[in-house]
Amino acid sequence: MKITFPHLGNVYIAAKAFLEDMGHEVIPPPVCSRKTLEIGTKFSPEMMCMPFKIFIGNYIESIQKGADTIVITGSCGPCRFGFYGDMQKDLLRDLGYDVEVIVLESPKEGLKDFKNNIGKLIGSNSLWSIGKNIKPALNLIKIIDELTQLSNKVRAFALDKKEVNKIMDDYYEEAVRVCGTKEITKLTRATENKLKEVKVDQSHSPIKIGIIGEIYTIIEPFVNLEVERKLGDMGVLVEKSLTPTKWFDHHVYSYPFGSKEENLKFKLAKPYLKTMVGGHGRETIGSAIYYNNMGYDGTIQILPLNCMPEIVAKSILKTVSKDLNFPIMTLVVDEMTGEAGYMTRLEAFVDLINKRREEMLIG
Amino acid sequence: MDNYYLGIDVGSVSTNLILIDEDNELVFKRYLRTQGKPIDIIKEGIKELSDEFGAKNILGVGATGSGRYLASIIVGADIVKNEITSHAVAALDYNSEVKTIIEIGGQDSKIIIVRDGIVVDFAMNTVCAAGTGSFLDRQALRLGIDISEFGNKALDSNNDVRIAGRCAVFAESDMIHKQQLGHNQEDIIKGLCSALVRNYLSNVGKGKEITSPILFQGGVAANKGIKASFEEELNNNVIVPKNFDVMGAIGAAILGKKKAKSQGYTNFKGVDLYKNNYGVGSIECSGCSNICEILEIKEDNKVLARYGDKCGKWSL
Repeated sequence: MKITFPHLGNVYIAAKAFLEDMGHEVIPPPVCSRKTLEIGTKFSPEMMCMPFKIFIGNYIESIQKGADTIVITGSCGPCRFGFYGDMQKDLLRDLGYDVEVIVLESPKEGLKDFKNNIGKLIGSNSLWSIGKNIKPALNLIKIIDELTQLSNKVRAFALDKKEVNKIMDDYYEEAVRVCGTKEITKLTRATENKLKEVKVDQSHSPIKIGIIGEIYTIIEPFVNLEVERKLGDMGVLVEKSLTPTKWFDHHVYSYPFGSKEENLKFKLAKPYLKTMVGGHGRETIGSAIYYNNMGYDGTIQILPLNCMPEIVAKSILKTVSKDLNFPIMTLVVDEMTGEAGYMTRLEAFVDLINKRREEMLIG
Repeated sequence: MDNYYLGIDVGSVSTNLILIDEDNELVFKRYLRTQGKPIDIIKEGIKELSDEFGAKNILGVGATGSGRYLASIIVGADIVKNEITSHAVAALDYNSEVKTIIEIGGQDSKIIIVRDGIVVDFAMNTVCAAGTGSFLDRQALRLGIDISEFGNKALDSNNDVRIAGRCAVFAESDMIHKQQLGHNQEDIIKGLCSALVRNYLSNVGKGKEITSPILFQGGVAANKGIKASFEEELNNNVIVPKNFDVMGAIGAAILGKKKAKSQGYTNFKGVDLYKNNYGVGSIECSGCSNICEILEIKEDNKVLARYGDKCGKWSL
């Protein structure tokens, strides 16, 4: 069994390590690139949302490198992600690829299926064994997310932004080469120390922007045109409203009650949106209010073209922005790789916030 | 000797060069078509500036537009600013009370909301170019009317025709359909202007509080038909500033002036730069699967800049 999976931001590092610990050979997909998008667009339904297309590109690139088993997570609720697994299985079969697709549904969709599918990966169906083996992987996800956020912080203050970008690029490259959770943890810690040594401007008081939206779009740098890095290079301190750690906290660790932060966001969103609209629509609204309460200067919603839940959120965010007098900008991402218009919007948004700040300081 | 400040706006359709004096008064203005070769056009503009003005005391330079980085590399700008901020700065200089700025250019349309002299919100068209200058250009060409006459024709209409403005492609087929039914040209043009304004207001201007004073700038503001349609739709007066077509460049020059003064010097290379040879080379990097196209800008034989890579290994 040569296992692969689609890219979800930095999750591939932990996923690879976990599956290697379980004794599998893992073929992570090459880093998302224009080629990935090209392949995905060619074989996907035209009106499908963007993550679907990139996933297909990831699978095919991995299959070409020898993968024969694909692991993906499932989802429920009114978002197309829920049928990615089945549709993609059919699509790959029609294209003539003979691969096994393992869909990991949330335990609430049926504990038996969940146990069986996980069981295929760790060679045991017992919940005890699942818990024991999954724990180091979840821990790893957490420290990798912490590293990513540390890089965002350091980048905002760094005298030479390129130094930070180089450290992170080297990390992502090296992470594919080392094996298992132990080694990756070591590498992550070492990178952390490197970041801490970057020369920073202590007197800099960065503007703070929260990145909100559907999880995939905000954690996968190729899809959001590296928004974290672009803002960081402008000296902005960025945080994402959703990370793999927060997702696991909410859906796995705190199951079935939900994590504190996510529940708070639901509560904050309530005056505007009482019910779930699929994907992360409700979280997006809650997060905007959350960042306002946390003293952030603004938020940016990243919306993959024709993503239904985010469209709902977008129209509500206008009211939120007005009620709270809080700058919110929506950026639509699609198959365009031209970055000029994107940069213009980011720069103008940062200008807008800086100007607001100046005015507030003067009184 | 008087002091002057240069503003350059390199857009998709036009490249504008302007010169302002110490009081932000416009003393020189060139509106050139970019024609897909921005470097040559920038050089041409600088040459015209030099021919007309000689080597004046240019003490600050600002660059804006989608080609702002390129412009900055070629002329040596003191500030490189996005179009939104530049347009807002120029609008505020023209009318400090302004609350709404409508800007429609070649490929982009924007709305900028200003309150108490600060930009509080803005939006740009996303994936659709319907209603921008390029589309109007094309329709004028198809109807055989000079673009400068296009808007005036609409004013002659007394019975406009409804045209679907949601998408440029469908607007065009709708127009052809109406034309084949026998509607006269003035009415069709008026219908198109209204359709574009509706499209703008429901896409770019959606959910924005449009209050007066409203400024209308960018190349399309020359079109009287569009201006009239805006006034009808908004039920409000729309002001077109005198230099509506170069507002971005004016904003850049004002910002360039400010920056140059605070840093105490200018990066401007002088008007003689048009005599230099600028070369552009491009290579396709095969280092990874992104296959980035790397561009290299050379001044005579000196490499000025290199960019286009995702990883930064070529960037200069």
